This record gives sequence, structure tokens and C-alpha cells, in this order.
Amino acid sequence: MHKSKTMHELSIVMGILEIARKEAAMAGAASIDEIELDIGALSTVDMDAFDFAWNQGVKGTLLAGAQRKVNRIEGRARCMDCNIEFSIREIFEPCPACGEHFIDIVKGKELRVKSLVVEEGLAH
Amino acid sequence: MCATCGCSSDSHTHDHSHDHGHDHGHDHPKTIVQVEQDVLHQNNLLAQRNRGYFEAKNILALNLVSSPGSGKTSLLERTLTDLKEELRFAVIEGDQRTTRDADRIHATGTRVTQINTGKGCHLDAHMVLHALQGMKPPGNSVLFIENVGNLVCPSMFDLGEAERVVIISVTEGDDKPLKYPDMFSSSTLCIINKTDLLPYVPFSVQDCKNHIHQVKPGMPIIELSCTSGEGLSEWYQWLKSKVLVAEEA
Repeated sequence: MHKSKTMHELSIVMGILEIARKEAAMAGAASIDEIELDIGALSTVDMDAFDFAWNQGVKGTLLAGAQRKVNRIEGRARCMDCNIEFSIREIFEPCPACGEHFIDIVKGKELRVKSLVVEEGLAH
Repeated sequence: MCATCGCSSDSHTHDHSHDHGHDHGHDHPKTIVQVEQDVLHQNNLLAQRNRGYFEAKNILALNLVSSPGSGKTSLLERTLTDLKEELRFAVIEGDQRTTRDADRIHATGTRVTQINTGKGCHLDAHMVLHALQGMKPPGNSVLFIENVGNLVCPSMFDLGEAERVVIISVTEGDDKPLKYPDMFSSSTLCIINKTDLLPYVPFSVQDCKNHIHQVKPGMPIIELSCTSGEGLSEWYQWLKSKVLVAEEA
């Protein structure tokens, strides 16, 4: 459910594509079979919008036929006051122990290309 | 191909393109390439480049973000007019279409460049880099970058700014900070605008402040009205204090 056709998810797909293109070229790859992404639950990426942008964005590119694996990483935060670590779904959730909002996000903001599986091509 | 930043708009492929009529029937060995690269890496590098430019020229860059219609341009018009004897300004305007905002800024006598993002919902560091190359803002100045009106996407894109100012107006819901937490948590100042309309709308300033501080504890908040002028002096004071910090750095 994408609310708008203009969305940052398309920029993100383009960023992934650019990284994949460079890495594939460096590896002398002829094609990309698989791409593994880390996308944290707190990374402001709407997965429906991302899927939509992905399908549009990879058409006619090296990633068009690639299998996409997404590791959704759950949000974790540490309370700056009482130092306990807990899982969060929204960045403004208070510490469940003391109720304070001084929290440090330790996991869940990831947005990165983790790895590629490529087929080596001829050096040409 | 952009000569400065190496961006490429061409979609070249690395597949087997041969003008002679046969396929390569060999087996390609498969390899795993460990990438571990942040998707916004390229934007962040360009943002750091902008940041270095600002620091070298002693430019205080501020990224103004809000929903459409919160009064970003009106706040700029007031500020540029009221402080034009005291500070030197330049403005980068971001909108999907038109130069209407740039025209308004131009009317105040300030140097301004308009970026039209077309379908884009946010400014990125690359667009700002090219705008800077075109406009060459003066040194020892304040550069306002008015982002596309949108409380979602611009939060992810560092432009190289020193401060990010999020504006919310009292005609919006006071729960906006909870609905769009990323924008509020990535900002360094929050302005509550259009306070002259408070008698007419069901907006609780206290609830809004509580929500802002849930998302970003300790964030400074300035309440003001560009229409009545109430609260503007506090904003000007904040702005001048940041200019001083930039000068002493």
C-alpha cells in the first residue's frame, strides 16, 4: 500500500542498484544471481512501497533476474538511564523499566547491501 | 556522466553483448561477494563533501523540513527581511515543480536557487552539491535549504547541513511528532508556527511539546507566528547563536 507514487523507496532501490553494479563490475561478474539486503524495522523503509519500487527499478538491469533476500532486523534500544536493552517497534517508545525516553537505538536502523552471489564472466 | 561526483545516469550493462551470432555456452562459476555497504553511503559521502565546503567558507547551512503548508517559505521571507542588515543570506528552494517559492525569496533581495525535483519527494546531497556549484553562495553567510514539503522521505537524506529545523504549524495535529518520528528525531530544532491561530484550532501546545520530547528528549522548541511576529525574536536569537558557533569553529 503505497500512499504516493513519489517515495524515497525508489531512491533506495536506485542506491542498491548502483552498489550492485559497481560490485559486480569489480568482481568481473556477468550476472547477479542473488542479492542479500539488511533492512532494519526502524529504517523508515515501507516494505510494500519498497517492493513496488524494486519491481519498477530493476527492470532491464543486472538485478532484474536476481533473487532478493531481505533480512528484517528487529529494533533494539538501550535505556541511557538504567542501561537495560529492549526491543522496540517505534523509535519513541519509552524504556519499559523506567519509562524514560532517553534511549539509544542499537539495532533496527540498518539499510545496507550485505552480499551478492554473482556469476563470473569472461574478462572482457 | 557528472564530472564532479562521478554520478552516472547512463544504464550501461555488463552482460554479454556480442555483435557476432553465437552464445557463450560456458559455465560461469558462482562467487559470493561480501558487500556490507550502506545504501545511503553515496549520499552520505556527498553530504560530507558539502559539509566540508560549508565549513571552509564559514557558511551556516540549515535544512528546513516540514509538511507542505507549514510556513517554511513565510518564515524565510520574514527572517530574510528582518535580518538583512545583520546577516548575509542565500537560499536553496526545493519543490517538485514551479519557481514560486524562489520568486518569493527573490523578492526579498536574497540570492536564491530553485531545485525542481520533478517526481522526487526529497532533496539529496547530490542535488544540493550541484545547486551550490551554480549559485556559489557567499562566505560568512547563512544558507537556508528549504526541503520539499514532506515529513517522511527528507529525514533519511543528509544534505551536509549543520542544523535541521523541523516546522510544525498549529493547524496540523499536535500528534504529528509521533506519526512522523524519524523527521523529528533527526532534527535539531523544532518550530511551532502559526501560534496566532491557536484560539481557533484544537491544538495543544503542551501535548505537542510532550510528543516532540518523547521522540527527541531535550530538543529546543520555539513557538512563533510569522503573521503577528510573536516569538520571532527567539528564533532570531537562536539563529545568531548558531552563526557565532560557526564563526568560532
